[in-house]
Amino acid sequence: MGLLDKEFSQENIVITSVDDLMNWARLSSLWQVGFGLACCAIEMMATSAAHYDFDRFGVIPRNSPRHSDVIIISGTVTLKMATRIKRIYEQMPDPKYVISMGSCSNCGGPYWEHGYHVLKGMDRVVPVDVYVPGCPPRPEALLEGLLKLQEKIRNESLVSKETV
Amino acid sequence: MKSTEEILELLKGKFGSDIIGLVSAPPEKMIDITPASLYNVAVFLRNNEELDFDNLMLLSGLDDANGSTLSVVYHIESVKEKHKLVLRVTVPKDNPITESVVKVWECANWHEREAFDLIGIKFNNHPNLIRILMPYDWNAGHPLRKDYKNPEFYQGMKVPY
Repeated sequence: MGLLDKEFSQENIVITSVDDLMNWARLSSLWQVGFGLACCAIEMMATSAAHYDFDRFGVIPRNSPRHSDVIIISGTVTLKMATRIKRIYEQMPDPKYVISMGSCSNCGGPYWEHGYHVLKGMDRVVPVDVYVPGCPPRPEALLEGLLKLQEKIRNESLVSKETV
Repeated sequence: MKSTEEILELLKGKFGSDIIGLVSAPPEKMIDITPASLYNVAVFLRNNEELDFDNLMLLSGLDDANGSTLSVVYHIESVKEKHKLVLRVTVPKDNPITESVVKVWECANWHEREAFDLIGIKFNNHPNLIRILMPYDWNAGHPLRKDYKNPEFYQGMKVPY
Protein backbone atom coordinates (compact mmCIF):
# COMPACT_ATOMS: atom_id res chain seq x y z
CA MET A 1 0.00 0.00 0.00
CA GLY A 2 2.99 2.22 0.41
CA LEU A 3 2.19 5.77 1.31
CA LEU A 4 -1.27 5.63 -0.22
CA ASP A 5 -2.89 6.43 3.13
CA LYS A 6 -1.14 9.81 3.17
CA GLU A 7 -2.70 10.74 -0.18
CA PHE A 8 -6.20 11.31 1.14
CA SER A 9 -7.07 14.38 3.06
CA GLN A 10 -10.35 12.93 4.33
CA GLU A 11 -11.59 9.51 5.43
CA ASN A 12 -12.34 7.23 2.56
CA ILE A 13 -13.44 3.74 1.54
CA VAL A 14 -11.94 1.16 -0.76
CA ILE A 15 -14.22 -1.15 -2.69
CA THR A 16 -13.00 -4.68 -3.36
CA SER A 17 -14.35 -8.21 -3.34
CA VAL A 18 -14.04 -10.47 -0.32
CA ASP A 19 -12.04 -12.92 -2.40
CA ASP A 20 -9.48 -10.31 -3.41
CA LEU A 21 -9.11 -9.03 0.12
CA MET A 22 -8.75 -12.51 1.65
CA ASN A 23 -6.33 -13.65 -1.03
CA TRP A 24 -4.25 -10.51 -0.69
CA ALA A 25 -4.05 -11.01 3.06
CA ARG A 26 -3.18 -14.69 2.77
CA LEU A 27 -0.54 -14.44 0.09
CA SER A 28 1.19 -11.52 1.76
CA SER A 29 2.00 -13.29 5.00
CA LEU A 30 2.81 -16.91 4.31
CA TRP A 31 4.41 -18.18 7.49
CA GLN A 32 6.41 -21.30 6.90
CA VAL A 33 7.20 -24.26 9.15
CA GLY A 34 10.95 -24.45 9.49
CA PHE A 35 11.41 -27.91 8.06
CA GLY A 36 14.89 -28.54 6.70
CA LEU A 37 15.75 -32.13 5.87
CA ALA A 38 18.97 -32.13 3.87
CA CYS A 39 21.20 -29.92 1.72
CA CYS A 40 18.15 -28.07 0.33
CA ALA A 41 17.67 -26.75 3.84
CA ILE A 42 20.93 -24.81 3.52
CA GLU A 43 19.54 -23.06 0.46
CA MET A 44 16.25 -22.48 2.26
CA MET A 45 18.12 -20.88 5.15
CA ALA A 46 20.10 -18.77 2.69
CA THR A 47 16.81 -17.67 1.18
CA SER A 48 15.56 -16.63 4.60
CA ALA A 49 18.74 -14.75 5.41
CA ALA A 50 19.62 -11.15 4.64
CA HIS A 51 20.87 -11.49 1.08
CA TYR A 52 17.74 -13.06 -0.46
CA ASP A 53 15.40 -11.87 2.30
CA PHE A 54 12.36 -14.15 2.25
CA ASP A 55 10.80 -11.75 4.74
CA ARG A 56 10.08 -9.16 2.05
CA PHE A 57 7.36 -11.54 0.77
CA GLY A 58 6.05 -12.00 4.28
CA VAL A 59 7.61 -15.41 4.78
CA ILE A 60 8.67 -15.92 8.38
CA PRO A 61 9.96 -19.26 9.66
CA ARG A 62 7.89 -20.56 12.56
CA ASN A 63 8.72 -23.42 14.86
CA SER A 64 5.22 -24.77 15.21
CA PRO A 65 3.00 -26.14 12.44
CA ARG A 66 0.04 -24.65 14.30
CA HIS A 67 1.25 -21.13 13.49
CA SER A 68 2.01 -21.83 9.87
CA ASP A 69 0.45 -21.48 6.44
CA VAL A 70 3.04 -23.19 4.28
CA ILE A 71 5.49 -26.04 4.72
CA ILE A 72 8.59 -26.13 2.53
CA ILE A 73 9.72 -29.75 2.27
CA SER A 74 13.39 -29.05 1.67
CA GLY A 75 15.34 -32.25 1.27
CA THR A 76 15.34 -36.02 1.08
CA VAL A 77 12.19 -37.52 2.54
CA THR A 78 12.87 -40.94 4.02
CA LEU A 79 10.05 -43.36 4.62
CA LYS A 80 10.59 -42.90 8.34
CA MET A 81 10.31 -39.11 8.00
CA ALA A 82 7.32 -39.29 5.63
CA THR A 83 5.07 -40.51 8.42
CA ARG A 84 6.20 -37.56 10.57
CA ILE A 85 5.66 -35.08 7.74
CA LYS A 86 2.11 -36.28 7.30
CA ARG A 87 1.53 -35.75 10.98
CA ILE A 88 3.01 -32.24 10.90
CA TYR A 89 0.95 -31.41 7.81
CA GLU A 90 -2.21 -32.53 9.56
CA GLN A 91 -1.46 -30.19 12.47
CA MET A 92 -1.35 -27.11 10.24
CA PRO A 93 -4.51 -24.99 10.17
CA ASP A 94 -6.34 -24.49 6.88
CA PRO A 95 -5.70 -22.96 4.40
CA LYS A 96 -2.36 -24.75 4.14
CA TYR A 97 0.09 -25.07 1.31
CA VAL A 98 3.04 -27.31 0.49
CA ILE A 99 6.13 -26.35 -1.49
CA SER A 100 8.19 -29.36 -2.52
CA MET A 101 11.76 -28.11 -2.81
CA GLY A 102 14.42 -30.02 -4.76
CA SER A 103 14.64 -33.24 -6.72
CA CYS A 104 14.56 -35.57 -3.71
CA SER A 105 11.29 -34.23 -2.47
CA ASN A 106 9.82 -33.98 -6.00
CA CYS A 107 10.57 -37.50 -7.19
CA GLY A 108 13.28 -39.17 -5.09
CA GLY A 109 16.14 -37.42 -6.87
CA PRO A 110 19.42 -39.37 -6.99
CA TYR A 111 17.84 -42.05 -4.77
CA TRP A 112 15.09 -42.91 -7.23
CA GLU A 113 16.39 -46.41 -8.00
CA HIS A 114 18.55 -47.72 -5.15
CA GLY A 115 17.27 -45.62 -2.29
CA TYR A 116 15.55 -48.37 -0.36
CA HIS A 117 14.62 -45.93 2.40
CA VAL A 118 13.60 -42.87 0.33
CA LEU A 119 10.06 -41.85 -0.53
CA LYS A 120 9.97 -41.26 -4.29
CA GLY A 121 8.07 -38.01 -4.22
CA MET A 122 6.44 -36.04 -1.44
CA ASP A 123 3.14 -36.04 -3.33
CA ARG A 124 2.64 -39.68 -2.34
CA VAL A 125 1.97 -38.52 1.21
CA VAL A 126 0.65 -34.94 1.17
CA PRO A 127 -0.79 -32.81 -1.68
CA VAL A 128 1.87 -30.53 -3.18
CA ASP A 129 1.12 -27.05 -4.53
CA VAL A 130 4.43 -26.02 -6.05
CA TYR A 131 7.37 -28.15 -7.16
CA VAL A 132 10.74 -26.38 -7.20
CA PRO A 133 13.26 -28.29 -9.35
CA GLY A 134 17.00 -28.30 -8.69
CA CYS A 135 19.57 -30.23 -6.72
CA PRO A 136 19.56 -28.17 -4.65
CA PRO A 137 17.62 -25.23 -6.14
CA ARG A 138 19.24 -21.82 -5.98
CA PRO A 139 17.56 -19.35 -3.62
CA GLU A 140 16.24 -17.54 -6.71
CA ALA A 141 14.42 -20.74 -7.71
CA LEU A 142 12.80 -21.02 -4.30
CA LEU A 143 11.73 -17.37 -4.52
CA GLU A 144 10.22 -18.12 -7.93
CA GLY A 145 8.40 -21.08 -6.37
CA LEU A 146 7.01 -18.83 -3.69
CA LEU A 147 5.83 -16.32 -6.30
CA LYS A 148 4.09 -19.17 -8.12
CA LEU A 149 2.37 -20.12 -4.88
CA GLN A 150 1.29 -16.52 -4.38
CA GLU A 151 -0.10 -16.50 -7.92
CA LYS A 152 -2.04 -19.65 -7.10
CA ILE A 153 -3.46 -18.14 -3.93
CA ARG A 154 -4.35 -14.91 -5.77
CA ASN A 155 -6.66 -16.91 -8.07
CA GLU A 156 -8.38 -18.84 -5.30
CA SER A 157 -11.96 -18.21 -4.38
CA LEU A 158 -13.94 -18.74 -1.20
CA VAL A 159 -16.81 -19.95 -3.37
CA SER A 160 -15.05 -22.85 -5.02
CA LYS A 161 -12.15 -23.52 -2.72
CA GLU A 162 -9.53 -25.87 -4.02
CA THR A 163 -7.30 -26.30 -1.02
CA VAL A 164 -7.51 -29.58 0.78
CA MET B 1 54.20 -49.59 18.77
CA LYS B 2 53.64 -53.12 17.45
CA SER B 3 53.08 -54.50 13.98
CA THR B 4 50.11 -56.69 13.08
CA GLU B 5 52.41 -59.74 12.89
CA GLU B 6 53.73 -59.18 16.42
CA ILE B 7 50.19 -58.81 17.75
CA LEU B 8 49.19 -61.97 15.89
CA GLU B 9 51.96 -63.93 17.67
CA LEU B 10 50.83 -62.56 21.03
CA LEU B 11 47.22 -63.55 20.31
CA LYS B 12 48.19 -67.01 19.06
CA GLY B 13 50.17 -67.63 22.22
CA LYS B 14 47.17 -66.72 24.33
CA PHE B 15 44.17 -68.03 22.34
CA GLY B 16 45.62 -70.77 20.10
CA SER B 17 43.25 -72.17 17.51
CA ASP B 18 40.65 -69.41 18.01
CA ILE B 19 42.95 -67.16 16.00
CA ILE B 20 42.37 -68.29 12.43
CA GLY B 21 45.14 -66.30 10.80
CA LEU B 22 46.35 -63.27 8.96
CA VAL B 23 44.50 -62.01 5.90
CA SER B 24 46.19 -59.55 3.59
CA ALA B 25 43.75 -56.96 2.27
CA PRO B 26 45.98 -54.15 0.98
CA PRO B 27 46.64 -51.58 2.29
CA GLU B 28 45.74 -53.33 5.51
CA LYS B 29 46.22 -56.67 7.19
CA MET B 30 43.38 -58.32 9.07
CA ILE B 31 43.38 -60.94 11.78
CA ASP B 32 40.60 -63.49 11.42
CA ILE B 33 39.20 -64.82 14.67
CA THR B 34 36.26 -67.03 15.62
CA PRO B 35 33.03 -65.37 16.81
CA ALA B 36 33.09 -67.37 20.05
CA SER B 37 36.47 -65.95 21.09
CA LEU B 38 35.71 -62.36 20.07
CA TYR B 39 34.77 -61.02 23.48
CA ASN B 40 37.78 -62.50 25.26
CA VAL B 41 40.16 -61.34 22.53
CA ALA B 42 38.72 -57.83 22.76
CA VAL B 43 39.15 -57.74 26.53
CA PHE B 44 42.74 -58.97 26.15
CA LEU B 45 43.57 -56.39 23.49
CA ARG B 46 42.22 -53.56 25.61
CA ASN B 47 43.69 -54.61 28.95
CA ASN B 48 47.14 -55.84 27.87
CA GLU B 49 49.61 -53.15 28.85
CA GLU B 50 51.78 -53.51 25.77
CA LEU B 51 48.81 -53.36 23.41
CA ASP B 52 46.41 -50.98 25.19
CA PHE B 53 43.77 -50.82 22.43
CA ASP B 54 41.54 -48.23 24.05
CA ASN B 55 39.68 -46.96 21.01
CA LEU B 56 37.28 -48.73 18.67
CA MET B 57 37.43 -46.53 15.58
CA LEU B 58 34.96 -48.39 13.43
CA LEU B 59 32.85 -51.50 13.37
CA SER B 60 31.30 -52.51 10.08
CA GLY B 61 28.97 -55.27 9.02
CA LEU B 62 29.61 -56.87 5.65
CA ASP B 63 27.78 -59.15 3.27
CA ASP B 64 30.61 -61.23 1.80
CA ALA B 65 28.58 -61.69 -1.41
CA ASN B 66 29.36 -65.43 -1.52
CA GLY B 67 25.84 -66.43 -0.51
CA SER B 68 26.87 -68.13 2.72
CA THR B 69 28.66 -65.78 5.12
CA LEU B 70 28.49 -62.35 6.71
CA SER B 71 31.38 -60.59 8.43
CA VAL B 72 32.02 -57.96 11.04
CA VAL B 73 35.22 -55.91 10.78
CA TYR B 74 36.65 -54.05 13.78
CA HIS B 75 39.17 -51.24 13.36
CA ILE B 76 40.81 -50.57 16.71
CA GLU B 77 43.68 -48.35 17.74
CA SER B 78 45.73 -47.45 20.75
CA VAL B 79 45.94 -43.72 21.35
CA LYS B 80 48.97 -44.08 23.62
CA GLU B 81 50.93 -46.76 21.74
CA LYS B 82 49.95 -45.32 18.33
CA HIS B 83 49.28 -48.66 16.67
CA LYS B 84 46.23 -49.96 14.88
CA LEU B 85 44.71 -53.35 14.24
CA VAL B 86 41.94 -54.79 12.07
CA LEU B 87 39.96 -57.76 13.36
CA ARG B 88 37.42 -59.78 11.44
CA VAL B 89 34.85 -62.37 12.47
CA THR B 90 32.87 -64.35 9.93
CA VAL B 91 29.46 -65.83 10.69
CA PRO B 92 27.17 -68.07 8.63
CA LYS B 93 24.37 -66.21 6.87
CA ASP B 94 21.60 -68.51 8.07
CA ASN B 95 22.57 -68.04 11.74
CA PRO B 96 24.53 -64.78 11.99
CA ILE B 97 25.26 -64.55 15.71
CA THR B 98 28.41 -63.09 17.25
CA GLU B 99 29.42 -61.49 20.55
CA SER B 100 28.84 -57.86 21.45
CA VAL B 101 31.87 -55.78 22.45
CA VAL B 102 29.82 -52.98 24.03
CA LYS B 103 31.21 -53.87 27.46
CA VAL B 104 34.75 -53.47 26.10
CA TRP B 105 34.30 -50.38 23.95
CA GLU B 106 31.13 -48.49 24.82
CA CYS B 107 30.99 -46.77 21.42
CA ALA B 108 30.26 -50.11 19.77
CA ASN B 109 26.66 -49.76 20.89
CA TRP B 110 25.31 -47.79 17.92
CA HIS B 111 27.75 -49.41 15.46
CA GLU B 112 26.40 -52.83 16.35
CA ARG B 113 22.86 -51.61 16.07
CA GLU B 114 23.66 -50.34 12.58
CA ALA B 115 25.22 -53.66 11.57
CA PHE B 116 22.13 -55.38 12.93
CA ASP B 117 19.77 -52.99 11.15
CA LEU B 118 21.35 -53.02 7.70
CA ILE B 119 23.05 -56.44 7.49
CA GLY B 120 21.17 -58.45 10.09
CA ILE B 121 23.99 -59.63 12.33
CA LYS B 122 22.87 -60.43 15.86
CA PHE B 123 25.16 -59.48 18.72
CA ASN B 124 24.84 -61.52 21.90
CA ASN B 125 24.69 -59.51 25.13
CA HIS B 126 24.03 -56.20 23.40
CA PRO B 127 22.07 -53.97 25.84
CA ASN B 128 19.60 -52.62 23.26
CA LEU B 129 19.72 -54.40 19.92
CA ILE B 130 16.99 -52.61 17.95
CA ARG B 131 16.99 -50.91 14.56
CA ILE B 132 18.78 -47.57 14.45
CA LEU B 133 18.26 -46.18 10.92
CA MET B 134 15.28 -47.95 9.38
CA PRO B 135 11.83 -47.57 10.99
CA TYR B 136 11.24 -49.79 14.02
CA ASP B 137 8.35 -51.53 12.27
CA TRP B 138 10.35 -52.28 9.09
CA ASN B 139 9.65 -55.94 8.41
CA ALA B 140 11.13 -56.34 4.92
CA GLY B 141 14.56 -57.48 6.13
CA HIS B 142 18.01 -55.95 6.18
CA PRO B 143 18.58 -53.57 3.23
CA LEU B 144 22.33 -53.95 2.62
CA ARG B 145 22.20 -57.71 2.15
CA LYS B 146 22.89 -58.69 -1.44
CA ASP B 147 19.68 -60.72 -1.73
CA TYR B 148 17.48 -57.96 -0.25
CA LYS B 149 14.26 -57.10 -2.06
CA ASN B 150 12.59 -53.78 -1.37
CA PRO B 151 8.89 -54.07 -0.43
CA GLU B 152 6.12 -52.66 -2.60
CA PHE B 153 4.53 -50.72 0.22
CA TYR B 154 5.46 -49.36 3.64
CA GLN B 155 2.55 -48.11 5.78
CA GLY B 156 0.46 -47.60 2.64
CA MET B 157 3.16 -45.58 0.85
CA LYS B 158 4.39 -46.99 -2.44
CA VAL B 159 8.14 -47.60 -2.17
CA PRO B 160 9.44 -48.30 -5.72
CA TYR B 161 9.82 -45.40 -8.15
